[in-house]
Amino acid sequence: MEIAATKDKIVSGAPQSALSVKAFRDPVPMEKTTSPTIEHKLRLTISNLNFYYGAKQAVFALSLKIPTNRVTALIGPSGCGKSTFLRTLNRMNETIRNTRVEGEVLLDGQDIHSLDVVGLRRRVGMVFQRPNPFPKSIYDNVAYGLRINGYKGRLDDLVEHSLRRAALWDEVKDYLKKSAFALSGGQQQRLCIARALAVDPEVLLLDEPCSALDPVTTAKIEELMFQLKDSCTMAIVTHNMQQAARASDFTAFMLDGHLIEHSETSKLFTTPTDPRTEAYITGRFG
Amino acid sequence: MSAAATTLAHEVPPQAGPRAFLHRLRQGDQIAHLLTLTFAAVILLLTSMLVYELWINSHLSRTQFGWAFFWTKVWDPNFDNFGAAPFIYGTLVTSAVALLLAVPLGLASAIFLSELAPRKVSDSISFLIDLLAAVPSVIYGLLGIFIVVPLMRTTLGPLLINTVGNVPYIGVLFRGPNYGVGFLTAGIVLAIMVVPFIISVSREVLLTVPREQREAAMALGATRWESTWQVVVPWARTGIMGSVFLALARALGETMAVTMVIGNAAAIKASLLAPGDTIASTIANQFTEATGDLYLSSLIELGLVLFLITFILNGLARILIVATERGGGRPA
Repeated sequence: MEIAATKDKIVSGAPQSALSVKAFRDPVPMEKTTSPTIEHKLRLTISNLNFYYGAKQAVFALSLKIPTNRVTALIGPSGCGKSTFLRTLNRMNETIRNTRVEGEVLLDGQDIHSLDVVGLRRRVGMVFQRPNPFPKSIYDNVAYGLRINGYKGRLDDLVEHSLRRAALWDEVKDYLKKSAFALSGGQQQRLCIARALAVDPEVLLLDEPCSALDPVTTAKIEELMFQLKDSCTMAIVTHNMQQAARASDFTAFMLDGHLIEHSETSKLFTTPTDPRTEAYITGRFG
Repeated sequence: MSAAATTLAHEVPPQAGPRAFLHRLRQGDQIAHLLTLTFAAVILLLTSMLVYELWINSHLSRTQFGWAFFWTKVWDPNFDNFGAAPFIYGTLVTSAVALLLAVPLGLASAIFLSELAPRKVSDSISFLIDLLAAVPSVIYGLLGIFIVVPLMRTTLGPLLINTVGNVPYIGVLFRGPNYGVGFLTAGIVLAIMVVPFIISVSREVLLTVPREQREAAMALGATRWESTWQVVVPWARTGIMGSVFLALARALGETMAVTMVIGNAAAIKASLLAPGDTIASTIANQFTEATGDLYLSSLIELGLVLFLITFILNGLARILIVATERGGGRPA
């Protein structure tokens, strides 16, 4: 009774745009989950990933396939390891002392641990929980990644292009030389997305990008993610299940460092196969 | 029901209690306000008294020499002819040398301690550095006399004369007789004295830079050094500049250590190896032997000049900070 009501709410809460993607659904029922199958091109293939903070293990034998140009949402209660897992995908955890990673993460068929870390991070961009623009002008924020990567072309064009992709251009085009801190929180977060997009990453990792934002701004970011899907593979960590339902194509549910269930978003939220997933999405814990 | 009432009765103070308590609180606020205001006012009062005393007591010298005091290059107690130019020059030059040496050294150390060194190493070294900042200046003067002066006389001085001394333009800074004492020696000793300030404050500031800033740069493909130099340091620049101005203030006013190694000569020489003197050092050295009224008055006017220099440089520092904040400043 209660469960059914929640399901209805989630489905009806999803905007039209997100629903239209479902045409893409695999008609053949899968055995346990409908995780991305052979017909999806895979951008990232994670197999048997373990992650440790010192002696404490945070991610356990996790295997996950992240399809190209789709949004994959990672949900789960606080401290379940979703952010940690996300940060292994661009090897950001290596900046934290005394951590260890095991397992394989293939980006377009190449193990990321054998790649040059600087080059990897250019290909796998990241947006953080709190907007974190640099103490520079709006223009210089977007241009930063281009400059350090030795971009030789016309910076102005690419800065404009990136700001347009992040749906921020119209709001800031007259203030490009102003400090990025003059922007509102939501604008700062879109600036951070523009900054990440400027180096044209294949994958964009979003670590709870809306948790510090109000609902209107959150809707803008979600709209933006939808638009970016043509050119970018996204993985988003979120606490907000409505957001996962609205904005993602696939959802992975994590609990205590384990991947519990991974399937198409519509399926996971309507007919979860694992009782723990059902308990979580109906709000019984977490 | 009755149990609850009893508990309540216990928690509520006696009859007139709540009102008296609130009343007391309000009075407490007023008292605290008055008290802190008084102390703040005392600082203002002290500063104005200081200026007033310097102004009144330098009257004789001011009327005698006027504005020429600032650019007169002679300091001759025998003929009662006094000018501050050599000491202003000495003060500015030694402080400049000190900052030139101390800022890169201090900043590099601070970056190492905050960004690269393991936390335990960083903390224990920082403890030692804070200790260094508390060493009395006379000790640094002794260090200067026993180590820096001989080193200058035998090794560093000749080396500079034979190498940089031959370079056009800047060579003029390293020519002439080398006594071991002089502007450069004083600058080096000052640098050693102020470097702990720069390291200590800059490290603290660098450590407060949010982790997200560093990660944002790295996520764009920045190397560790790029993220440190282009993102972390700019974020901390206001604090780092603050540490530099703190160091400058100390260098400008430093007396004892400078007196011991600068050579105490009232002369303006282009060479950094030549002996000279600073304002603070001159006052300390000559105050007890100032026999004439004009002599004493001139020394006091020197004090006024030093106050003025400090005031102006601090003002410039403020302007500089405001200027760099513009166009990319982080929230205060």
